Amino acid sequence: MRAILTSKWTKVAVFLLCLLPFADLLWRFINGNLGINPVETLQHGTGDWTIRFIIFTLCITPFRKLFNLPDLIRFRRMLGLFAFFYVCLHFLTYLGPDQSFDLAGMWKDVAKRPFITVGFAGFVSLIPLAITSTAGWIRRIGGKRWQMLHRLIYFAAVCGVVHYYWLVKSDVRKPVFYGGLVTILLLWRLASWISKRRSQAPVPVTAPGVSVSG
Amino acid sequence: MLIRKAPDLTYADVTPKSVYLDRRKFLRDMGIVGAAAIAGKNLLDLALPSHVALAAPKFTGLAKSPFSTTEKQNSFQDVTHYNNYYEFGTDKADPAKNAQNFKTSPWTVSVEGEVKNPRKFTMDEILKLAPLEERIYRHRCVERWSIVVPWIGYSFSTIAKLAEPTAKARYVAFETFYDPRQMPQAKYGGIDFPYVEGLRLDEAMNPLALLCVGMYGDNLANQDGAPVRMILPWKYGYKSIKSLIKIRFQEKEPPTTWNRYSADEYGFYSNVNPNVDHPRWSQAKERRLGEIFTRPTLMFNGYSDQVASLYNGMDLKKFH
Repeated sequence: MRAILTSKWTKVAVFLLCLLPFADLLWRFINGNLGINPVETLQHGTGDWTIRFIIFTLCITPFRKLFNLPDLIRFRRMLGLFAFFYVCLHFLTYLGPDQSFDLAGMWKDVAKRPFITVGFAGFVSLIPLAITSTAGWIRRIGGKRWQMLHRLIYFAAVCGVVHYYWLVKSDVRKPVFYGGLVTILLLWRLASWISKRRSQAPVPVTAPGVSVSG
Repeated sequence: MLIRKAPDLTYADVTPKSVYLDRRKFLRDMGIVGAAAIAGKNLLDLALPSHVALAAPKFTGLAKSPFSTTEKQNSFQDVTHYNNYYEFGTDKADPAKNAQNFKTSPWTVSVEGEVKNPRKFTMDEILKLAPLEERIYRHRCVERWSIVVPWIGYSFSTIAKLAEPTAKARYVAFETFYDPRQMPQAKYGGIDFPYVEGLRLDEAMNPLALLCVGMYGDNLANQDGAPVRMILPWKYGYKSIKSLIKIRFQEKEPPTTWNRYSADEYGFYSNVNPNVDHPRWSQAKERRLGEIFTRPTLMFNGYSDQVASLYNGMDLKKFH
């Protein structure tokens, strides 16, 4: 298992897999095969994949611990950046077709519509994470502070779920499903943080390099 | 992609009868099936514009209506594959798949309540109550998309006048057929069934209110509310109740499905109004299916001349 996870080719394969939803949408776009409302298909498609990639990213840390697969860390940055890639596309389908690239109109919409406000907040919160995703930035900021900053993904995940929930009219099955997954992943972190604090309670110094966030 | 007909052609004129009556053979002869399978749906659309797929039109000699718009119509494909009909699933593509075997015959519509002549109408009777007209209406969904559809029917007032509402009748309540066995997806819809809607009596009597029995020269497609429905083009789409089985005249304002689900989001009137937003999104613009960018939404969906007087002196924000 370790050999597979650390192989360069696995990383290439995962990268290509992450591109598949994009390739599918692009292929259908070129072929005029995006259904009756192509803009909506693109908006929903890129939105769905944003929340999915956020969830995949949030899965890495628990899976490393639960299945004793520390090498999964090799994929976390890539999955997070793919979440950012899909949210950028998602934002463009809003800025372009919905707002006709009118920034003033967009700001008014963002300020006034709760479901747009939350979605936009989630999008913006991912920008610093994408920028500081390199090893150089981790060094510059310092591991502890970098980790604090990257907990913003919890906020982005909650924003994404609320954004979706507020979009649908009455059939809330899908947003509730994603909300359930995000809740489980965040509760796991909370539980792990509590148990860590308990076990460390007598010694006030935190162990270096061990992280429960991610 | 969309191949439009000239205004005076009937749907059958677009294609020779022998071709549309045997389009499978036509396809085989043209060797298109294989090519289409490779190139996907796109080529199939090119080879088979949706109008060609229709058989000989059921309704001919339809009267033209002064209410019709000259705007570009949406294709039959658009209007039959992008539907909100929660009894058959909440995805836009669901009703086209799930309503295929919906049983629409025999069908009766009961007219009851505060009327002198309560009675049940069979579909045959409904089709013969008045000369059928083609009315090309804009249709604006509360979700901010819109379409232009050639509906067939006559003003709802025709059937109302036959029933003779009493002096007590101030509202009309409508009910959609509901059968959980035929509509197993309904339980995921999140709203209560049977679907109910309502109008003030004067709204219902406005000639624009259409009792609709067909579209594109033919019967209504199941997913579009067959066999008979209401079309109220100045109101958001969900007011135009589908697969109608009951019309009840009454004194009190009837409950309506979406209003019951969320009253601040879906008012009893639900007139198309670009100045009154849905709490969660703006209603100022809409996307016409087939277009990329949005266009401004018109007051009463562009039907102010016909209906604005119904709401004189009313605060349309309050009575949204």
